[in-house]
Amino acid sequence: MLVDQYSPFEGKMLQILDKDGNVLDESLVPQIPDEDLVKLMKTMLYTRTADRKALMYQRQGRMLTYAPNEGQEACQVGSAYALAKKDWMAPAFRELGAWLQRGVDLKTIFLYWYGNEMGSKVADDIRILPVSIPISSQCLHAVGLAMAARKRGLDEVSIAYFGDGGTSEGDFHEALNLAGVYKAATVFFCQNNQWSISVPKHFQTASETFAQKAYAYGFKGIKVDGNDILAVYVATKEAVERGRKGEGPTLIEGYTYRLGPHTTSDDPTRYREEQEVDEWREKDPIKRFRIYLERRGLWSDEMEKQFVQEADEEVERAFKEVEQSGNTQFDDIFKYQYEKMTPLLEEQYAEYKAFFQERGML
Amino acid sequence: MPVLNNVQAVNYALMQEMERDPSVVVFGEDAGYEGGVFRATVDLQEKFGVERCFDTPISESGIVGAAVGMAINGLKPVVELQFCGFTYPAFNQIISHVSRMRNRSRGRFTLPMVIRFPSGGGIRALEHHSESPEVLFAHIPGLKIVMPSTPYDTKGLLTAAIRDPDPVIFMEPKRIYRAFKQEVPEEDYVIEIGKANVVKEGEDLTIVTWGAMVKDTLKAVEEANKKGIFPEVIDLRTIAPLDREAIIQSVKKTGRILVVQEAVKSFGVASEIIALVNEKAFLHLEAPPARVAAPDIIVPLPRGEQYYMPNPDMIYEKILEVVNFLT
Repeated sequence: MLVDQYSPFEGKMLQILDKDGNVLDESLVPQIPDEDLVKLMKTMLYTRTADRKALMYQRQGRMLTYAPNEGQEACQVGSAYALAKKDWMAPAFRELGAWLQRGVDLKTIFLYWYGNEMGSKVADDIRILPVSIPISSQCLHAVGLAMAARKRGLDEVSIAYFGDGGTSEGDFHEALNLAGVYKAATVFFCQNNQWSISVPKHFQTASETFAQKAYAYGFKGIKVDGNDILAVYVATKEAVERGRKGEGPTLIEGYTYRLGPHTTSDDPTRYREEQEVDEWREKDPIKRFRIYLERRGLWSDEMEKQFVQEADEEVERAFKEVEQSGNTQFDDIFKYQYEKMTPLLEEQYAEYKAFFQERGML
Repeated sequence: MPVLNNVQAVNYALMQEMERDPSVVVFGEDAGYEGGVFRATVDLQEKFGVERCFDTPISESGIVGAAVGMAINGLKPVVELQFCGFTYPAFNQIISHVSRMRNRSRGRFTLPMVIRFPSGGGIRALEHHSESPEVLFAHIPGLKIVMPSTPYDTKGLLTAAIRDPDPVIFMEPKRIYRAFKQEVPEEDYVIEIGKANVVKEGEDLTIVTWGAMVKDTLKAVEEANKKGIFPEVIDLRTIAPLDREAIIQSVKKTGRILVVQEAVKSFGVASEIIALVNEKAFLHLEAPPARVAAPDIIVPLPRGEQYYMPNPDMIYEKILEVVNFLT
């Protein structure tokens, strides 16, 4: 098993494609249908297009605070591709690629970042939890989802996303501990993007790697090149399969980089060197996968040009729709506190509604 | 009909609901094999197996956070946190997720779960074992807070809590876990969450209280009766949503309000009740609203607890003060 061959204690990192798209080890290349390879490329490109445009909308004052993904597309799309439809995803807040790969429509995602909870009401047949902002708290939900599945005799697996900084939170440790004790079918996916806002890795942990933390909880961890979608996919696939067979949790460290700011409110030039960003741009996940696909005759400049243009237009349409109809309905802020409004809420609802109605605001 | 004390009534309700609904799971620290430090979950593991009643690591946030995931994926977790003072490590999960998941997902993900724990002081325990934190939970939109005062109520309210489609914080006054017994019907019944109980009718003043203080209040009322004073006593049963109607109706009848709570005096449930009375029954008041509560200090260790806990004598004095205002 890869998780045994790539021990984090030996300084190993699973990598299939190098930064220039060369295959390092043919035997590791997964059997992915050509059609899916192209789809994965498209999802990464679509993620990047939507991400850049979201950032632009925010700069134009049309979008609110947004957490950009650029540079982490392989971690997200590759890991989400390894899941079955019945599996559960517990995201943090920087997983646009995973959301899209899961099948959530961009309009819904944008609606959330536009500032409306309706953007967290995903179609019932897509198993993804809402954005979770309190760091690493969602790791426990993933464990609970998997535990419940086991108790109900179902072979569903869950995946939790979090960052390098997330491993410093108590909930991360409680989640790994519980998952180890109960052998929960949970994949803990750490996107080590090097920076927790302005704080670098060595202030988060004295551990050599994040992957090795799994061993303290009685299960295995593996470090993968998070900018190599093939490596991310095979590691996640193996973890998912082990979980499904009842062999317990796995921790995956996706070694990657956040090319953009933490959120639109952040200015990374205050804490990191441009040179570092440039070096990581060379390791871009889309760039290397493009070369790989071109060499296999599955992708071309022309295809990319056409796809990006279409994506651009589609993203624009989605956002415009959100701008037109994305404001919160007054009733909705009262309606979902409980299954049924309490007498107190009914009274407050009527009182506040009258106030806004009198002023023509409703 | 079984005759049970309060903690046995907890066990009885859990037993019956686990029998009735296979999606109910019970877990917590020592809640499995041993049956809990107060024996509230005793025999459940033996009867329903380790998949449905199990021990957890000492991990309060973990217990509650995992319950969130389980509730989303088709189970009804009833978790035990070992003591009131050990709910705090789980607070992030409770306030950030348990209370919000329904609203956040606009009704897609709901959390039919119960967080139960022994609450309140008076058992000569260590630090962190004697707290009355109901208001900390009551301040959070999206939660329901229940506190029974009798075995009959315990079974009916806990059953209702387990069947509730929303998360319920179920606080068990540990001081009266074994204080008295009562007949508890074997048959299925629920006590509606959000409804108070008038335990004693009266004309002279309204006393609102809950949990272990109900018993102390009734003692004080007995003394008052001897003086020809007949208070009405309302046992809230549910802190949130508060039965505002019951309180207002009673105050309109009596013209006087006294709230008795075990927690510290300021910024509490009593404060909220008095604000409510001022808003809704101001013109009916014949005396200033009053409170009996603990002083605003950290719960003392057992050798000082008697100066902290409200007691029947204190309640009796306050009854006289409110009834005799301006006479």
